[in-house]
Formats: sequence, C-alpha cells, structure tokens
Amino acid sequence: MGAPMKVPAAGRLFMSGNEAVARAVWESGVRLAAAYPGTPSTEILEVLAFYPDLYTEWSVNEKVSLEVALGASMMGARAFCAMKHVGLNVASDALMTLTVTGVEGGLVIAVADDVGMSSSQNEQDSRFWGRFAHVPVLEPADSQEAYTMTRAAFELSERYRTPVILRMTTRICHVKGVVATGDRVAPEQGAFVKDARRWVMVPGHAKPRVPLMYEREEALRAEAVRSDLNRIVDGTDHSVGFVTSGPAYMHVREAFPDAPVFKLGLSYPVPIESIRGFAASVGQLVVVEETEQLLENELKAAGIACHGKDILPRWGELAPEVLHQGLARLAGASLPPPAHPAPQPVFPRPPTLCVACPHLGVYYTLSQMRNIVISGDIGCYTLGAGHPWNALDTCISMGASMGVALGMDKARSEADRNKKILAVIGDSTFMHMGMQGLLDITWNRGNVTVLLLDNRTVGMTGGQENPGSGRNLHGEEAPRVDFAKLCEALGVKKERIREVDPYQLPVLFKALREETKIEEPSVIITNRPCVLIDHYEPTRPYFVEEDRCTGCGNCIEVGCPAIHVTRRDKEVKASGKEVDLAFVRIETSACTGCGLCVQPCAPEAILHAAPLPNVQPVNFTRT
Amino acid sequence: MSKVTNILVCGIGGQGVMTATEILAEAALSLGFDVKKTEVAGMSQRGGVVTSHLRFGPEVLSPQIRTGEADLLVGFEAAESLRWGHMLRPTGVALVNTGRIVPPIVNVGLFEYPEDPVAQMRALGLELHAFDATTLAQGLGNIRLGNTVMLGAMADRLPFPAEVLLDAVLARFATRKPKLVEINREAFETGRRAVSGNPAAA
Repeated sequence: MGAPMKVPAAGRLFMSGNEAVARAVWESGVRLAAAYPGTPSTEILEVLAFYPDLYTEWSVNEKVSLEVALGASMMGARAFCAMKHVGLNVASDALMTLTVTGVEGGLVIAVADDVGMSSSQNEQDSRFWGRFAHVPVLEPADSQEAYTMTRAAFELSERYRTPVILRMTTRICHVKGVVATGDRVAPEQGAFVKDARRWVMVPGHAKPRVPLMYEREEALRAEAVRSDLNRIVDGTDHSVGFVTSGPAYMHVREAFPDAPVFKLGLSYPVPIESIRGFAASVGQLVVVEETEQLLENELKAAGIACHGKDILPRWGELAPEVLHQGLARLAGASLPPPAHPAPQPVFPRPPTLCVACPHLGVYYTLSQMRNIVISGDIGCYTLGAGHPWNALDTCISMGASMGVALGMDKARSEADRNKKILAVIGDSTFMHMGMQGLLDITWNRGNVTVLLLDNRTVGMTGGQENPGSGRNLHGEEAPRVDFAKLCEALGVKKERIREVDPYQLPVLFKALREETKIEEPSVIITNRPCVLIDHYEPTRPYFVEEDRCTGCGNCIEVGCPAIHVTRRDKEVKASGKEVDLAFVRIETSACTGCGLCVQPCAPEAILHAAPLPNVQPVNFTRT
Repeated sequence: MSKVTNILVCGIGGQGVMTATEILAEAALSLGFDVKKTEVAGMSQRGGVVTSHLRFGPEVLSPQIRTGEADLLVGFEAAESLRWGHMLRPTGVALVNTGRIVPPIVNVGLFEYPEDPVAQMRALGLELHAFDATTLAQGLGNIRLGNTVMLGAMADRLPFPAEVLLDAVLARFATRKPKLVEINREAFETGRRAVSGNPAAA
C-alpha cells in the first residue's frame, strides 16, 4: 500500500458496504481505526488505510484491536474497529467491561456476520451482543445506509457515552450500490482526564457503574422509539405486515412491494411500543430476521402475536424467493412450479491451494505419513483437509490447534498410544491466538509437534500484513517477529526448533519423522512466502514429456491446480492386480516452477520448459 | 425502461468475473441507473465458484437475482455456465465461453467434468451463444484480453447502446494502461462478432 489517496469529493459514489463504512469513518473525524482481517469485514480497514488524517493498523487479534480503539476513546478521540462475527467472540472480554466504563470519544465496532458461511467455521448472529452487553445495535440495509448509520453511530456513541455495534452481513459488506457522501468534520478533542472510578474497573468502581449502564439502556430504548432510523414504510395491502432489519428489508420490499413494513435501523433496544402500534394496523405480523429468532421472541414476550421462524429458515441467507415460500406456508398454499429448468448436477468446485503454494509440499508430505493425528487451524492451510491430501483432522477456532493437540495427547487411550500428534498452524493464526496454546504445551510437557507454516502473510483473506511480514498495514518496514526465538521463549528447547524449506520434500519428511519420534514439544517452521504476495517471483515453468509419463499419478497427489489429467487407463500388474493410470500435462502458463511435482515423479517425466522472458530467479529475501 | 435488468456473471476465482461485472456496473451508472452488484467472495479467489449479480433500473432493492429471473447469463467457463443455467428466465440468453478449467477434484478422479456442457444447456431449451473466448484472446496476442472479449459479447444484448459499455471498458485502460486501449477495442469487437450469428449455429 502506498501514500494516502486523494479522497474523492462529496457526491454520489458507487461503493460496497465496506467502502461506505470506511468513507463514513473518515468523514466522522475518527482519529484511530484498528482491525484484524476477517471475511467479510477485511476491506473496511484496507480501504481506510488509504484515507488521510487518521491512524490505522492491523492489530494482532480482534481483542487487541478493540482495546486499541478503547485507548483512543479514553483520550477523547473518535475510534473505530472492525471484525468478522467470530472476531467479536475474541474481543468480547474487552467489550463486556467497556460497556460498564462507557466511552469518552465515540467508539463504533463494525461486526460483519458471514451469513450463509461462505468463508467461516460457523454462523453467528451478532445482534445478540447488543442484548448481552446492553449496547445499541445499528443494522444497515445497503451501502447508503452503511454510510449513514456509521455517521449516526458516532453521534449516538457520544450522546450516550456507549460503544455502538454496527451489525453488517456479507450482503452489506460485499454489495455495491450508489452512496451519497459528504465532507469530513472532525470534532474537538479534549485531553485525557484521570478518573480511576471511571476507568479502573475494580469491584468497588464497577458496582456503582452497572446501574448507570442499565439507565443508559433505558434511555436508548426511548431513543429507539424517537429515532428516524426506525420507520414505517406503508403499503396498500395490510393483510400481512413485516418487521425486519438489515438486508432482509430489501428482500421483503422486493418480494412484497405492497406490504407495509416496520423497518428497524436501530434494532436494539427494540422500540416495542411502536411495533405494537404497527401490529394493530396489519392482519398478520411476520418478523423477518437474519438469522436467529431474536426479535420474534421479544415481541412475543411483550404479548405481540407474530410469525417468524415457524415459516422461515433458522439459518443461512434469506432472499425474496425464500420469503415467498415462507408466506405460502403461512397461507397454507403451495407455490406454482417454476418456469425455469431445474439446477443441473455439476461437480463441486471447492477452493484449492494455489499453484506453487508452499503448503502443497507440507500436505503432500503429511498425506504420506501414517499413524498421525493432525490438529488443524484456521487459514488457507485448512484446505489441507480436502482432496487429494485429506491431511487435517480438526479445525475449530483461531489458535485451537494447540490446545486441541495437547488435550488429544493427554487423554489418548491405549489404542492411540503410538499415534504421533501434530498441530498445524499458520504464522498469523499463531500470533493471533496460538502462542498461549504452545505455552500450555511446553509448560505441561505435551508430546506435540507443531508445524508452524510461516508464509509471512494473512493468506486466506487476501494477503494482509502481520507481525511476521516485516511490514505494517501501510506497507512500511516494521519489526519482524523471530518465530524460532519466540518459540524458544515459550519453552520449546532450542534443539527441538527447526526451520525447513517446504519445497524440499525429503528434508521436510525427515524433520517430521524425527521430531514426532522424540517425546517432547517440538516446532518445525516452514519458511517460504505466500505465492500471492508481491515479492514472490516465479521461475522457469515445467512441462510433462509425454513419452516418459507412465501414468503413475504421483504428481497428482501433490494437489497443484496446474496439473491436469489428459487420459486415464488401466494396467494389470504381474501380480494380477489392476491399477488405475492417469497421464498428465502441466499447464505451463500457470506453472511457476516451484518443483514440487518433480520430486515424486519416478520416471523423471517433468522437465523445465523454455525459459520465460524477463523472469528473475526466485528471491526470497525481503526488501 | 421501467423494469430492472438482471445480469448474472459466473466463472471461477481469478478469471476476472468481478472486474467484468464492475465495468458493466460503471456503464449502467453512467446512464444514471440505480445499480446494485453483489458477489460471494472470500474463499472464491482460491479457484472456487464465483458468481456476480448485477441489477440495474430505476430503483433496485434486493441485490440478488432470483432463480429463473436472469435476463443474461454470462459464463466465463463452460461447466460453470451449466451450473447456473437455472438462473435464466425463459426468455433469457446465455453467453458461454467454451473454455474449460478442470479443478483438482476432477483430476484426482473423484468427479467427472460434463462431456458437453453447452449441448446440455441447449437441451434444456436455453437460448445460448457459445464461443471460445480464451482462444480468441490468444489470437489477439494476450490471454488476459478474454475478459474484454466476454464484455464485447454482452454488448448487443443490453438495454443500452454497445458504445456505452465500450466507453466504460476503454475508460479503465485509458487511466491505468493507455497503451492497451486499442487492443482492448479490438478484443471488444471480436467478442461482439463472436455472438452476432444465429444462436443455434454458434
């Protein structure tokens, strides 16, 4: 990333929800913004990094990012942080006390729910945090509202001295629409005021503040009734009325253009009495919410009759057609058969590791090992659980590979006594939440070998910087963590820490075999960068000499997407056993010459293609 | 026009599906339409399935195209076009790149690539224009021109003049890579010509 951009003048801009939030953060005069990358929220900070007039950073995890933002707020500055839904689980420890202290400068937390799980390990409804932490929740329905509500969130935050949650979903973050933007107005910032009873949350100080938190919640309940973020969009057909929020609002309008809708923008606290009045004006009331049955329960508890999850799905994304099906259910009718053809069965196309990805060598090697249990983690390398490697046995949450491996080691039965236990974790995930797990392994003398895949970036979210990159969010040089020293400091013996090149399969295999044999904690660090980051340079590509290929298929087991089967055959061995053959070619235009597939090729059929023009040899030193 | 136009662009991660849709969106925006564009990204850049929905008209509410309501299906890859064929309305048109990208899951032998995805789509009664955008791009000297070839193929099936889309394509290159303006104009016209014939014969 380069120097701050020239900010586009106020006017109509075509923006994703993430870009609209970034613009509004800048316009709101925010002094500091922090985040840890996570789909679908990542682009908010990536875009904000280009704006002038504010400090932005990738933090090591979401909890730290929220604490950094809180520190800024304590200094009287407006502050912002962004994360994906599971990120707020990590940050919640800070949130649950921050709601007791309240804020000084406005503080807004954007949380992006991956509804439909396009890139997450679970589905969560972040609206719960509003109830749990007694803080207001704003829910935009499109890019324009993402902009407007971000601006409103800062005003709300300062007026009520509360953190505010901006709840987004994939269909807000990654949808582009037209946004009318404005100019930046920076509020005055005072100086830090020492006030232990406000900021030092010991029991004696926290106790008098808890009632203040509840008073604030009640004031916000009244605000929700007054706020123009909550409004009725009237319709001509009052037989069914809807209460909804977020992107579901657009689906409701699309599916039932004549129906009246109570649209919630400030969706917590719920303006119950306003909705009661609306309910009286319609025949039946239907609550449309993504994803949990939250609002519906609260309305029912208040004695407002309504439908919701009895006719609509409990999880996954809503869409106009899903609503049509639900309402047909309500009416006891069935929908007419569709005019379009049925979906055709086509092979699945799961995400793959990239051509020449350094993880390919790791998973090829692991797939060749027997008698091992592999505790995995979150990142591109989770794909190792898929074909052709099938070399990952668990994936739970950021950093979980460590603790899970230790638990497996300590509680194994006699049947598993000879199993080797491995944990596989990426550099960024290790620093996010894995280091403590390794400390637990060493402290409690776990027999675990850790494979630390250091590719110097946050790969899965698109190659963001981390403390192992040697660069910060702005691409500027930054201190680079020394993983070997770090692991040693966490209690791993120096001789049990090895650094290996994951493209050298025999070296990697030997290291794995030796370290898993020794019954104490060990760490193997792989040291090659992600092929998508800008200082990866391809070398001469390979091709397959057709006459030499015996169809053994060993190279396919590497899993590189540049290797394609040209024909299949069968061969009957002398033993009478029938063997499948697969003859291959290499997509030379995609090959970067990493050489992984060459190593398992017995007949030496994979050869260098003609040199590429203007290609420099691989240079892995960092500049 | 009063109705909303729905265009579904599909392909796989890394093919430029999102960029092509972005350019299409810019063209619609230049005419003052309300425009919404959505895709599921995330893991898709790792060779996974990518679809990009573009909707424009006087007012667009939901960003997602409903099943059976796409006016135009633009497939950057043959099997992906078949996967999303059911999204077309009965009067809709599919523009399909016959180029194939076979994923590792097929190469390891777990699944089969459909023998003739285009014929399968025609058998469903879909109006379809098939052409090899990859080879056309190579013929122009750069495989990366495939994206502009695909945009050119769409140009005469939009509710606005082809020149509006051409201007949007060229405007991108004019600011970023002015040397590539002329070759992209040629690629655009190549795409236009590729689908100008009778769909059954194409």
